[in-house]
Amino acid sequence: MQHTDRRQFLKLAGIAGVTFTAGLFPRQRASAQASDFHFVQFSDTHWGYKGAANPDAEHTLEKAIVTVNGLGEKPDFIVFTGDLTHTTDDGKERRARMQRFRDIVSALNVKDVRFMPGEHDASLDKGEAYKEFFGATHYTFDHKGVHFIALDNVSDPGAKLGEEQLAWLAADLKQRKADDRIAVLTHRPLFDLVPNWDWTTADGAKAIELLMPYQNVVVFYGHIHQEHHHMTGHIAHHAAKSLIFPQATPGDAPRRPPPLPYDASLKPLGTREVAMGRTITLTELPVVRS
Amino acid sequence: MNRRLFAALLIGSAAGEVVRLAAQPANEVSIAASRFEFTPETVKVKAGQPVTLVLTSFDRIHGFKMPEFGVRTDIVPDLETRVTITPQKAGTYTFFCDVFCGDGHEEMSGTLVVEPAT
Repeated sequence: MQHTDRRQFLKLAGIAGVTFTAGLFPRQRASAQASDFHFVQFSDTHWGYKGAANPDAEHTLEKAIVTVNGLGEKPDFIVFTGDLTHTTDDGKERRARMQRFRDIVSALNVKDVRFMPGEHDASLDKGEAYKEFFGATHYTFDHKGVHFIALDNVSDPGAKLGEEQLAWLAADLKQRKADDRIAVLTHRPLFDLVPNWDWTTADGAKAIELLMPYQNVVVFYGHIHQEHHHMTGHIAHHAAKSLIFPQATPGDAPRRPPPLPYDASLKPLGTREVAMGRTITLTELPVVRS
Repeated sequence: MNRRLFAALLIGSAAGEVVRLAAQPANEVSIAASRFEFTPETVKVKAGQPVTLVLTSFDRIHGFKMPEFGVRTDIVPDLETRVTITPQKAGTYTFFCDVFCGDGHEEMSGTLVVEPAT
């Protein structure tokens, strides 16, 4: 499958601009405002990672928090789309990493913070430790007219949502109107980005099928450690950068390559500001403001 | 004692060709999975010839997936999982573990080399 870069995505979406306006929610109600609110997406912080791919691993998250705390306009909330911690076989150490991660992110000056698990947090114990620290692995919330749905495609080590969660999603969507604004949050891509690298969700197509009848749907996810944009029909999927190390461009090699070499500028890493209104505008934020 | 799990599958192949269930005895190739590698890492087979991959695990449940062949199965310790394919087209194909197994899981993959029929 070909990946979609920003220019291709803009062409697909039929829009252009200096900033990356994703041009989504095309059929939203006319009453929506130009920019109703904004939030910040953190992803793939991998707290506890030690390795050559990021010698700065102990400090990168803290630097990003300082940057986000310094934004001119405080975001309404912050979401972490998984892999909060780096995996470990030791359950005690897993919990220690989650505790330390939670302590670090308590420095955010936005107190409405939503968490989600990645496979590094949840796949070895089916989300047991994660739930002790962060609560439910899938949930919904509403914010200023947008319905957010956080899906868990990692607690099953086979990267499945599972029939039970799909039924829960179907029941939730039944309560929505066709033109409601819906933002889905996941860790792994719901679509087959690179099947040979396992950059997919085993039953993600079922979730997309459930979402397709809804006119204004956007998906934000992580896992692939880079900015990426893709359309499945009218649904846009936006992957965020990581805060630990970048991964290779999707499909660059037959087998998934190791993380890309460390770049001391930290430019391949970052967070993302998402402004939601009549359009969705994505602004990639650096780890450290220059 | 090992039990044998027979997983003869009718599966799709690369380039959309149909793979047939083996009509003749298949050659067998053993592949052992353990964190975080397959042994052997590279497997060579001939195009047009059925081959049975005999999959075992030494330590825990792993996955075995070859998207281009439509193959996906668990590899369970103390079970022998057998997958029969007949590759139709020469080339290089990837297989990998798709059951998260720890720090190193992402690198757990191998290569199936399909050589031209002689």
